Amino acid sequence: MSIEVKFFASLRERVGKSADRLDAKSVKTVLEVWQQTVGESSLDTNILASVNMEYVDAAHAVCDGDEVAFFPPVTGG
Amino acid sequence: MEIEISEKAIDCWERLSAFENAHPELSGSHGASVVFAGRMRDFNEDESVTAMHLEHYAGMSEKYLTKIVQRAVDEWSLMDVLVLHRVGEIKPADTIVVVAVWSAHRAHAYAANQFIMEALKSKAPFWKKETLLDGEVRWVDKNTPGTV
Repeated sequence: MSIEVKFFASLRERVGKSADRLDAKSVKTVLEVWQQTVGESSLDTNILASVNMEYVDAAHAVCDGDEVAFFPPVTGG
Repeated sequence: MEIEISEKAIDCWERLSAFENAHPELSGSHGASVVFAGRMRDFNEDESVTAMHLEHYAGMSEKYLTKIVQRAVDEWSLMDVLVLHRVGEIKPADTIVVVAVWSAHRAHAYAANQFIMEALKSKAPFWKKETLLDGEVRWVDKNTPGTV
């Protein structure tokens, strides 16, 4: 069982991948997902995170089957 | 309410006309419709821009547009709402976004339209990447303010 991770826009280009997958047993929070997929210890406040397409903060808990995404501030419209 | 995200070009006035024709209940019953049409400029931050790519988080963008419109419907007295947003490859003068609201009175229509547009700008996961005249490509890192 796993957690699907997505990266968008300039952040996708910076981390060099658009998606990743983690064993759900290896992570408890959004921050740990970031650390394990990107290899950086802290999540910059300028990076937004979502779980199952809802905005969350870095301490938000993750569980099996979640879709976690990281992206820069939005610029639509 | 109707929300659409598409790579197809948006003909703003044709879509508004079609929407009103498809909703005859609006005719005669609404006193105010407010339309915001956002177009692509050929300049940004003192540079000429020749093209733009609009990326989105498919699924979350639709979800947030729906949440934003629902909040507006809950907050103001609206008869209907239409939100169209373009993604993909865009050229200057193309319509990027249309937000249209129909209400019995202008106060609700003005307020709801501005709320939807500003919430879309700050919450809906879309990102612009622009191509400059010299071929340089750059991500847009912030939107211009929505108030004067």
